Amino acid sequence: MLARRIIPCLDVRDGRVVKGTQFRDHEDVGDIIELASRYRDEGADELVFYDITASSDGRTVSTEWVTRVAKVLDIPFCVAGGIRSLDGAREILHGGADKISINSPALENPALIGELAREFGSQCVVVGIDSRTEDGDYFVKQYTGDPTKTRATRWRTLDWAVEAQKLGAGEVVLNCMNQDGVRRGYDLVQLKALRALLHIPLVASGGAGEISHFNDVFRIAGVDGALAASVFHKGVIAIPKLKEQLIADGIPIRP
Amino acid sequence: MLAIVDSGGANIASVRFALERLGVQSELTADPAVIRAAERVILPGVGSASEGMKRLRAKGLVDCVRGLTQPVLGVCLGMQLLFEESEEDGGVETLGLIPGKVALLPNSPGITVPHMGWNTLLTGRKPALLDGVEPEARFYFVHSYAAPVNAFTVASCTHGTPFTAIVQRGNFSGAQFHPERSGPAGARLLQNFVEGRV
Repeated sequence: MLARRIIPCLDVRDGRVVKGTQFRDHEDVGDIIELASRYRDEGADELVFYDITASSDGRTVSTEWVTRVAKVLDIPFCVAGGIRSLDGAREILHGGADKISINSPALENPALIGELAREFGSQCVVVGIDSRTEDGDYFVKQYTGDPTKTRATRWRTLDWAVEAQKLGAGEVVLNCMNQDGVRRGYDLVQLKALRALLHIPLVASGGAGEISHFNDVFRIAGVDGALAASVFHKGVIAIPKLKEQLIADGIPIRP
Repeated sequence: MLAIVDSGGANIASVRFALERLGVQSELTADPAVIRAAERVILPGVGSASEGMKRLRAKGLVDCVRGLTQPVLGVCLGMQLLFEESEEDGGVETLGLIPGKVALLPNSPGITVPHMGWNTLLTGRKPALLDGVEPEARFYFVHSYAAPVNAFTVASCTHGTPFTAIVQRGNFSGAQFHPERSGPAGARLLQNFVEGRV
């Protein structure tokens, strides 16, 4: 049986790993290779590197660190941040990344999702969605890497995710912005609603604060993977202990 | 010398890096003479079957790969290309080294496609490629199309339906999962291939 995935997310800015609260006030949490190696050794199933300033600054990630990461990791990793062309994606995939994730550029140009899927296969095209709860519904935000540039879009979250799937996305990562960094648990209601609409893998992001939150998001929301950052970076949750508990709870997990 | 067929696919760097971690030098090449002279050959590949075949054809490598007599390991799409055809992109004729047609994995409640993540293998008599690998070990899969289970399947995996995870016919082997991204178990499989346990 396919294991549910535990995915540490490393927000990268200027070649360092940083972490903010609700996408603001970023603090430095360490070196990319050092953290990537640590998570590999602790049993992370996959890593996501998100260049948080690339999209709002209108530039693409530097591929230099992508290759350094690919050389040390023997688990898959995904790179996100400002990828807005086939050439940009190719550079990162050829650099050694397994998947690319697009967010703001997919909103600017939805056709990009299909172009990437046809060129590289759906399985390496991830669409990241930053979603905020407003008046009982969920809406997509754009350029969230920089609070001064963040803006609303015309999309309801559930509609956009279904559209992304139709266009050829191989996976959706749903960042529930209201939950981000505050450690009160994943947005189970929103994730469950989206899980019911998608037949591609869905990864939950935003809100992990304790081990039981992972149990909830797998059991109640039925997601394929759970992404978290600060609880791992700050040592609030140790991955080996998390996995041990989830296995004891009967959730399929790679030890 | 180990040759990695430069078919222009996207996971070529990862395969080379995985071999480097094992201390194995490899040469990334699209030169048929170099490939034919290699001790072992890895056929990597990410992307669609039609793109994969198009790239092999453009580089004049179809007959070269078909005619290889040394151990060959196809990885992911590289493994699927060993079969006769793929229904991807409306139907594509592939290398035809192993009978069978690669087909889209059906999705159903609880079964998401692409099949993405760590899964276990089922084997009858354990193939030499899995020497030293624990039976419950998990490997990293990421694919939407899969090869059927047939007489040449040496390990299968189930995601809604069973499919071939490792195939072997004569000197041609293939893994649907990514050994280069499957932690220590994947590294062991590559080591087994490099050391001639196929």
